[in-house]
Amino acid sequence: MVQEPLIELEDVAFKYDKEWVVEHVNLAIHKGQFLGLVGPNGSGKSTLIKLMLGLEKPNKGHIRLFGKSVKKFNMWQEIGFVSQKANSFNSGFPATVYEVVRSGLVSRMSIFQLFNQKHKEKVYEALKEVEMEEYAHYSIGELSGGQQQRVFIARALVSDPSLIILDEPTVGVDSEHVTAFYDLLGKLNRERDLTLLMVTHDIGTITSHATHVACMNKSVHFHGSSEDYHDMTDEEMSEMYGHSIHQLSHNHEVTHS
Amino acid sequence: MIDALFEYEFLQNAVITGLLIGLVAPLLGVFIVVRRLSLIADALSHITLTGIAASLLIEKRVSAVNDWNPMYMGMAFSVIGAVFIEKLRKVYKHYEELAIPIMLSGGIGLGVILISLADGFNTDLFSYLFGSVTAVSRDNVWVVVIITTLVVLIVMLFYKELFVLSFDEEHATIAGVNAKTIHFLFIVMVALVIASAMQVVGILLVSALMTLPVAAALRMSVSFKQTIGLSVLFGEVAVVTGLFSAYQLDVPPGGTIVMSAVVILLLSILYRRLRSEEWWKGETS
Ligand SMILES: Nc1ncnc2c1ncn2[C@@H]1O[C@H](COP(=O)(O)OP(=O)(O)OP(=O)(O)O)[C@@H](O)[C@H]1O
Ligand SMILES: [Mg+2]
Repeated sequence: MVQEPLIELEDVAFKYDKEWVVEHVNLAIHKGQFLGLVGPNGSGKSTLIKLMLGLEKPNKGHIRLFGKSVKKFNMWQEIGFVSQKANSFNSGFPATVYEVVRSGLVSRMSIFQLFNQKHKEKVYEALKEVEMEEYAHYSIGELSGGQQQRVFIARALVSDPSLIILDEPTVGVDSEHVTAFYDLLGKLNRERDLTLLMVTHDIGTITSHATHVACMNKSVHFHGSSEDYHDMTDEEMSEMYGHSIHQLSHNHEVTHS
Repeated sequence: MIDALFEYEFLQNAVITGLLIGLVAPLLGVFIVVRRLSLIADALSHITLTGIAASLLIEKRVSAVNDWNPMYMGMAFSVIGAVFIEKLRKVYKHYEELAIPIMLSGGIGLGVILISLADGFNTDLFSYLFGSVTAVSRDNVWVVVIITTLVVLIVMLFYKELFVLSFDEEHATIAGVNAKTIHFLFIVMVALVIASAMQVVGILLVSALMTLPVAAALRMSVSFKQTIGLSVLFGEVAVVTGLFSAYQLDVPPGGTIVMSAVVILLLSILYRRLRSEEWWKGETS
């Protein structure tokens, strides 16, 4: 049975001002996939994610979430998000780790619903997943950048979403925790059938964990399984990354010949 | 003052209003401060003043109108000003804070003209600027009771939405929170509280009651709940000591309330100093 993709982009284009930042993007993410989205700085990855989440409106094309147009989408509890700027929030904000993670439950709650014991358990469960439960009553501003990032991951996990979108979540996280973090994502992906979309620059690590890889530079140049990605030739790779890397690989060839 | 309190209705009015304002001003103040919008309270209070001036002028010039309660017009202006600030913030998307000086100076400009036309600065106006222990009527007390109840209820019911919006607006939007409606509701509440506070604290000092207790609470609290609790506590202490000393010294309560809040703030800074020193000593010994 062919299932509807959780995220579907159809010829999407977007510009902030005059210049197109995202163009001709077609992309579908299906249930159970773990997609790594890579691309150079300024290639429009974060912008594409904002478009998917309805934070920006596309100038052209259609975006569907769970089969519904993003404009009419209302099942936000199904989507968790860890933003790239998660650690640039007001660091003097007076809130505990517990309060921050709990705020991730808002999408699951009805309008006048108050927090209860069940929510508390959920929060601790999520904190446990990222190994931050002993910090529950620390002020969020007191933590290191990497610890804060783990808290934001817990905030995304707490509402039991079926899709999590992460924009460079491991920036500032030490290598030991990065490994643990990838293991955690892999586990959630396999065991809970959680669909994942993760932006990263860490091409080496992502291809060994993700099931699929997409490479973009304004538009998507490659989208396929991680195995296909490994099988790509140098030429294909450089074409995808554009001119500057083309030269780089050219030089590379020269030194070897 | 305790004896007098049982004897004089005006004192009861002032104390009841003061206690209610001491609760809601810092309560909203917490959200204002963490969102770095402290100056909004200032802008709105100046617009409230414009409304009061307009009310005084109309009362003076239109013979059919007398005994108007200027609080209502102050409130109306404040709410309309709040709506304008939200609109202006959209126009200057990247310079949101510009909305505040625009409204603030516009408010004062119009206010000064209206005040002069209404026969200048009399004692009435003075009590609106700096507060008064004697000016609060029973009617006003009821208005403040209603507003306080509304504000406390709304903050309780929308606590989780207000929290996410203050902490991370982007996340709030993705969580499906209707940011626009909540912002609007919030700023209207601020406008109403400012207009209610003016008779006791005075227009020029009401923003202090929204921010100083919060500033003190931030020095010693870890969680958001704690920040709210301490802010309200400090707000109430400032109001009670302020009203008491204003009555004893026969000065406007705005001044004494704000000075009490300043003392609390200084103490909280000192407390933080001492504590971190203690911690530091404990760590090295
Ligand atoms: N808010 C904005 N207003 C105007 N232009 C923007 C805005 N955000 C991003 N851009 C521009 O859009 C382009 C793509 O930015 P985007 O943040 O999507 O890139 P990215 O792939 O996420 O890069 P990085 O790897 O550095 O995170 C850049 O050229 C950037 O200058
Ligand atoms: Mg980015």
